Amino acid sequence: MKKLFLILLCFSIKPVSAQDAEALVKKVKEKIDLVNNYEADGIMKTNVTFLKVPEAQVKIYFKKPNLLKIKNEKGISFVPKGAVSINLNNIIGGDQYSIIDAGYEKTGTVKTRVVKLLPKDDNADVVLSTLYIDETNLVIIKAKTTTRENGSYQLDMTFGKYTAYCLPDKIVFTFNIKDYKLPKGVTFDFDDGTNADKPAEKNKTGKAEISFNSYTINKGVSDSFFK
Amino acid sequence: MQIELFKISKRPRTYIAFAAITAIAFIFQFAFKADGQSYMDLVLQSVKDSFELEKAKAINGYFMCYIILNTLLIQVPILVALIAADSISGEANMGTLRLLISKPISRTQLILVKFAAATIFTILLLLWMAITALVISLLIFGADDMLIFRVKGEDSQILQITKDDILWRYFAAFGYATVALTVIAALSLFLSIFAENSIGPIIATVCIVIVCTIISNINVPIIDKNVKPFLFTSYLVGWKGFFYIGTNGEGVPIKGSLENWPSIRNSLLILILHIAVIVTASVLVFRKKDILS
Repeated sequence: MKKLFLILLCFSIKPVSAQDAEALVKKVKEKIDLVNNYEADGIMKTNVTFLKVPEAQVKIYFKKPNLLKIKNEKGISFVPKGAVSINLNNIIGGDQYSIIDAGYEKTGTVKTRVVKLLPKDDNADVVLSTLYIDETNLVIIKAKTTTRENGSYQLDMTFGKYTAYCLPDKIVFTFNIKDYKLPKGVTFDFDDGTNADKPAEKNKTGKAEISFNSYTINKGVSDSFFK
Repeated sequence: MQIELFKISKRPRTYIAFAAITAIAFIFQFAFKADGQSYMDLVLQSVKDSFELEKAKAINGYFMCYIILNTLLIQVPILVALIAADSISGEANMGTLRLLISKPISRTQLILVKFAAATIFTILLLLWMAITALVISLLIFGADDMLIFRVKGEDSQILQITKDDILWRYFAAFGYATVALTVIAALSLFLSIFAENSIGPIIATVCIVIVCTIISNINVPIIDKNVKPFLFTSYLVGWKGFFYIGTNGEGVPIKGSLENWPSIRNSLLILILHIAVIVTASVLVFRKKDILS
């Protein structure tokens, strides 16, 4: 009798918890939906083994539902293709996913609710997204996404002035990279005697860090920026 | 000296070098204006799935000049040899060498003046290269940050230099190239002492440059260690060192820095040593030579 009671208890708790997670995601989504468009200034730092590029002053343009462009107006920038996922609409927009509550976890110093999103479409590129949500501020602090074709990527976000709009002050975007190989015969290089990075230092992930200085929210952004 | 420069300016072959440089620069500029994106697609093929890049901005005047110099500075030694190898053998061929040494100047002075004239020709050639490859490219493509695609050891790298940190590197690179090509001029002059017409020394210079370049680019450890350091061709592309920007621990380029200045300085010193040795040898040989023509 006791055993039966415990089993019934387990089954009865799970739906309640899932419902909570769904409500939480809905609330976060509502907050994200407050932003129809924005233009932001920021500094992008790229950390990829084969790329030796300076910090770039970038402008980020966003327009609902999923237009996002990162532009370096003063020079050239290598923008990671998956960086469009810094638009959280790409992760929790629509309702074509099932929500699974995965409990609580500490992310940095913040206690976060871990929620997994499973796409309902079997052929979707995204296989699984895991969100780490700060329940107090209703913001996503960390998001891990696993895709079928483009590896995995992770977003780590720090919030400050624009928490009310779910817009971070800083984003660290971690992504998978392939080895860069120049086609043979393209360069005649000068051997200056310096050694290449040791294999041990090589890693298969890259990082792009964007620190936002300011946002202009819901003032309209022209479509021309996204061409 | 003025007479020597006048002689060089009167030879039609002098202008072949300038025409060749103009033609190569123009062909590259036209090709990249028409379809530079294909080149970018080629060099970025292994990362095109991971990164987005405004390729039109990447194909700018600074980048074009680097691409043109990459190609030209391999062929320019031949153009320098065309003129410098004619210095003594040309006089011998025309029968004016005996007349020349009967003038009240020493043989040493004569060789040094010939060498100086060949060096001035080399400088003018590089100035012309700077105008056609850099100035014209900047006018056509504009200025922006510059990307350097490089193989370092087993790895490939992409370096980015901001546009306000590039021009001084070109000045330095052209300065280095002047020294490197002066070695070729000195070698041609030296070989021309032994010939009675200029074809022989021109071909000999070109052959030496080709053979040494091939050896310099063979990646065999025993050659790398024991032969390459003694070949001047190993240092001809040292001008590129000015575009290998230094980086901090996080791989972020440091403005105004060089990855390995001591290596560039040593290469430069080795080239200067080559010049000194070859010119000295030219003087010694010419002073003892029986002039019969």
